[in-house]
Amino acid sequence: MSRLGVREQPRPSTPTETGEVVEAIDLRKRFEGHEVLRGVSFNARRGETLVIMGGSGSGKTVTLRLVAGLIRPSSGRVRVFDRWIEDLGEEALLPIRRRMGYVFQGAALFDSLTVHENVAYPLREHTSLREAAIHDRVVQSLSMVGLGPEVLELLPSELSGGMRKRVGIARALIGEPAMLLFDEPTAGLDPTNSRLVAELIVRLRGGVCDTAIVVTHDLELTRTVADRVAVLIDGQFAALGPRDEVLASDHPAVQAFLAGEAR
Amino acid sequence: MDTYLRRTAMWYGGVGLLTAQVLRSLALPPKYFRLVVLEIETMGVRSLGVALTASVFTGMVFALQSAVNMARFGAENYVGPISALAILRELGPVLTAILVGGKVASGITAELGSMKVTEQIDALRTLGVNFIKRLIVPRVMAALLVFPLLTVMADVLGVVGGMVIMFLERGTDMWAYWNTTAYWVVPRDFLMGVGKSLFFGAIVTLIGCYNGLSTTGGTEGLGRATTATVVHCTMGVIISDFFLTKLMLMLFW
Repeated sequence: MSRLGVREQPRPSTPTETGEVVEAIDLRKRFEGHEVLRGVSFNARRGETLVIMGGSGSGKTVTLRLVAGLIRPSSGRVRVFDRWIEDLGEEALLPIRRRMGYVFQGAALFDSLTVHENVAYPLREHTSLREAAIHDRVVQSLSMVGLGPEVLELLPSELSGGMRKRVGIARALIGEPAMLLFDEPTAGLDPTNSRLVAELIVRLRGGVCDTAIVVTHDLELTRTVADRVAVLIDGQFAALGPRDEVLASDHPAVQAFLAGEAR
Repeated sequence: MDTYLRRTAMWYGGVGLLTAQVLRSLALPPKYFRLVVLEIETMGVRSLGVALTASVFTGMVFALQSAVNMARFGAENYVGPISALAILRELGPVLTAILVGGKVASGITAELGSMKVTEQIDALRTLGVNFIKRLIVPRVMAALLVFPLLTVMADVLGVVGGMVIMFLERGTDMWAYWNTTAYWVVPRDFLMGVGKSLFFGAIVTLIGCYNGLSTTGGTEGLGRATTATVVHCTMGVIISDFFLTKLMLMLFW
């Protein structure tokens, strides 16, 4: 290890050794000649929240999309739930994705469907539950994110940004995933809604889903939810380790980033 | 020039790959057949007016022009079969594909493109849904049914339109017109046109889907993709019509 937990010579390990849900080894991603990720290695362990921090364009979302198998790395390896996924086809990735929930920055709700239909979508696709049971699960999932049944018949366009985000979380939660991936969960939200979302992520730890990867540039959110923090600067981790260690790091790039964020 | 050629090659490659993915994903779960029915309604029922109006007027114009000009050679009696052959073999399937295809495919591009730029397609993928089966295959299946049906209706109305205008404008005996037409036109003429419409349906739907799925650049990119779809579909139908005609004449003539 060098600096704060950044791997120098990554090697594949077995999940039973480490309890890892995600392991990424030397990930690189290039878009039309521009290298966004330049050799990123990390793991996410069962029962922890890993926060990946970084400024705009640093490659945070790309990292999360690589973990979800939405894009393929230019090189490097990713293991999710004990399967190496970097070379898997779309069909083989589907059962792996069903075990994770992904919360998009813009919520990505289906705009022609009501809140009820949006949240019920995974159950209707993958289970043979009766409508009454689906309805109960939808109401339960929405109540977990602090929304009542009065929003059920609303369309996404009729919701505020914070509500949309919470509906997105409810949809991700309803399939009872083993891991949640959050892409900028507080971006564009006012302080009250940001706090609500942060509290929600903390609350999930004790119940439905105890493993999460959060990408954000929000320092306050990081302080609230993170067990470990990675700081991504120019496509590489400048620091990776326990939250308090990273936030107190004397690494100049990390300090500069955190100082900028804190301002 | 290099960039243009690379973009063109990538576009053809992309449509080809999408076609291969569709072929691999044809086995739909039973619950998705509801989507096929919905698409049949969207593509077929809502395009009837456009397709039929165009075909009846095309049939009338073709018969009228043919009558005036063929009369100069004393061949006005053959207006019926000439019009019917042109409509059944070419005008019916091609015009239907261009008109309905442009309308349907640009709608598909707009819908899928909007889903793409708002990450709804990625959302489907993260929910473990095969988006090819959910979004593309039902549309292709519906098109394979709708385009031949619309073509058959366009054929009938085009031929009848020609016959009616010949009666009204040139005083032609409708019974004689019909008999001459039925004598010269054989089932193969009709089947060639319907066969082509199957390909046209698949081509325009795949183009619409591919352009939607490859939309980038937000709402501006969405506008560009939708416009490009109309052009690609029209060119796709016209160019493939030539090759299909050559192939069918080789195989079935």
